[in-house]
Amino acid sequence: MKALYLIRYGEIGLKGKNRRFFENTLTANIRRALRDVAECRVLQQHSRHFVEVLSGDAAAVAARLQEVFGIVSLSPVITAALSMAEIKAAAEREFSKVAKPGLRFKVNTRRANKKFPLLSQQVSAEVGAHLLRTFPGLQVDVHEPEAVLDVEIREEEAYIYTERLPGPGGLPVGVAGKGLLLLSGGIDSPVAGWMTLKRGVKLEAVHFHSYPYTSERSKEKVIDLCRELARYGGKIRLHVAHFTEIQEELRLKTPERLLVTLMRRMMFRLAERLAQQQGALALITGESLGQVASQTMESLNVIERVTQIPVLRPLIGLDKQEIMDLSVKIGTYPISIRPYEDCCTIFLPQFPATRPRLKDVEAAEAALDLEGLIAESLAKTETLEIGL
Amino acid sequence: MREVYLDNSATTPVLPEVAAAMQEVLTDNFGNPSSLHRRGLRAEQAKKEARRVVAQACGVKEQEIFFTSGGTEANNLAIKGAARRRRRRGSHLITTKIEHPSVLYTFQALEEEGFAVTYLDVDADGLVTAEAVADAVREDTLLVSVMHVNNEVGSIMPVAEIGPLVKAKNPRTLFHVDAVQSFGKLPVRPQAWQADLLTVSAHKIHGPKGCGALYCREGLLLAPLLHGGDQEQGVRPGTENMAGIVGFAAAVRLQLARQEENYRQLAELKRLFLEELQQRLPDVRQNGPLDGAPHIVNLTVPDIKGEVLLHALADEGIYLSTGSACHSHRADPSHVLLAMGRSPRQIESSLRISFSALITAADVVYAVEKISAAVTALRQMTRRKR
Repeated sequence: MKALYLIRYGEIGLKGKNRRFFENTLTANIRRALRDVAECRVLQQHSRHFVEVLSGDAAAVAARLQEVFGIVSLSPVITAALSMAEIKAAAEREFSKVAKPGLRFKVNTRRANKKFPLLSQQVSAEVGAHLLRTFPGLQVDVHEPEAVLDVEIREEEAYIYTERLPGPGGLPVGVAGKGLLLLSGGIDSPVAGWMTLKRGVKLEAVHFHSYPYTSERSKEKVIDLCRELARYGGKIRLHVAHFTEIQEELRLKTPERLLVTLMRRMMFRLAERLAQQQGALALITGESLGQVASQTMESLNVIERVTQIPVLRPLIGLDKQEIMDLSVKIGTYPISIRPYEDCCTIFLPQFPATRPRLKDVEAAEAALDLEGLIAESLAKTETLEIGL
Repeated sequence: MREVYLDNSATTPVLPEVAAAMQEVLTDNFGNPSSLHRRGLRAEQAKKEARRVVAQACGVKEQEIFFTSGGTEANNLAIKGAARRRRRRGSHLITTKIEHPSVLYTFQALEEEGFAVTYLDVDADGLVTAEAVADAVREDTLLVSVMHVNNEVGSIMPVAEIGPLVKAKNPRTLFHVDAVQSFGKLPVRPQAWQADLLTVSAHKIHGPKGCGALYCREGLLLAPLLHGGDQEQGVRPGTENMAGIVGFAAAVRLQLARQEENYRQLAELKRLFLEELQQRLPDVRQNGPLDGAPHIVNLTVPDIKGEVLLHALADEGIYLSTGSACHSHRADPSHVLLAMGRSPRQIESSLRISFSALITAADVVYAVEKISAAVTALRQMTRRKR
């Protein structure tokens, strides 16, 4: 028998006229997510989706669906022909997965097919009575059941299920425009990317590469992180921005204590240009308040002033531990902690300014050919498409 | 782009003759030496011949050579195999602080099993004296393990003196030598050194990765690491890595035929390298003794992180290695340079250059040019006034 999953989504239903677009995006995302897992058919019906596994590993399909943003929960479903005898037999089979003496349960029927001769309540009562007869020791409890058997009477057949697997929630990736993620290779930025994907944003990423001060392996690491994020958000375009000359210029021509602030300002400038080129509507960073010198209010203020484009910081209120937990959960942690962080530390000042002043920063930048540096960096930027 | 590979202590390219010998075993003489038919016999003969070549290179008997998956396994087999086998006779083991990780971590693992290990200090050149080793030997000392040539700084340990002194102090104490870095470059003579166990590896001498050997004195019994068939007298069961073994022997044969000639060439390359470097970068300091192994040079280049210089040089086609990996979230400076009393700052700025006979004098001059250019450029960044 073919496995069938019923998929529920939450917020999509609220979105008025856009609903059709949201549902279609979810369908497309589910198809893409399952393409390499199994041969499936995705159906869109009455505020839910169905995935029919035609051939392949049904458990792997379920695991994959649990990572697709927009899905609130899913249930493996068994089908029955439209007769009470068939429905009862299927209900018995499904319920045998959970039945045990003393279990409090109820039957919940939805009758989408109004031509079916029995009313929903009547179906529930009959199926419930059948289960009580079949499994000794069950108790009916319609208020606080430990188990619910769902029966859906549809046009051509009935669907019966008990299990509910949680999905990741959120919105289907692609319904909320495109953002550009500043991806460092550390723990935070991939988590920020994941949280943005969760809100339906399509991602591109930019990594600032300062070879020989950072290693080729740190670039590999960022590619691997993108591959992990692609599991949730589909193919990710990664821009590897050339940052070596900028770092050298800053090092040679600006005060050491402002180096981090000035570096971040250059990164934001480059990212904004890339975002404009690529049609991304916001920058996304892994910054959280107060973690390091560049993440004080004063620093964030001085850094963000170089851009017109909105900067989203989905981790702003999270503690380091919370970010690490999320990073473990989404699978980026083991990649993030690989040791080839970077050798930028040869540039890092011992006492970075935690409260940089805008006029000092602007005075320092007066010594630089900003436009020239930006143009050179963009010209040398390499773009990669990272899929699964 | 012209490339100069100066990381030969990490690994070496397989020579074409070696690859050809391996190809023959992979596709033609592919039999399992344990098979009773003719193909099995042919493979058996090839293995026997390989064993003879390696045994001859060490001046030992054929039955004293056991093929392994490489230096790491041979070191593990020697140390764990001897210690576990003789557990009832004592629980004390001795090694130095600058051994290869496959020795150091093996001893640490044995500490977990209840053995007591003495880790001997080295001097500023990365050397122990035979007297210091012998002094540490006790009544219950089962095993002493000292490397022949250190892989990071090239110091040559006085193994020929250590063996006799250890045996004089306690005739029952076993002596193991990790000769991975010296084999094929310096004479390796376990019998003269009174070594009971000795480790060699193929891929440091233009042989394949995944093959090494342990010399184990006849009559000495080891507890095997693996259990299985009776290959390698049951000490190292598992169907033989025939291509690796035959490739190893081919590499040994080539290396041995030119060992003295190669030695002179490597020594000359090292002399030239240091002389050229001294002229261009007089403040670069050598780590390790001046009379160390001819193929290894370890340097501290003040004010530059070794890894940054490594990446900059890789862009120029010059490949070498660092004494320590540079990463901001985890510090693991070279344990060898630490034991030699270098500061963390000096260690961070260290580089290892290792030659092979495939390198020419012109390569060395070219590499030094590139190194000094990269150092000068990087120092503009790192030596800026604060």
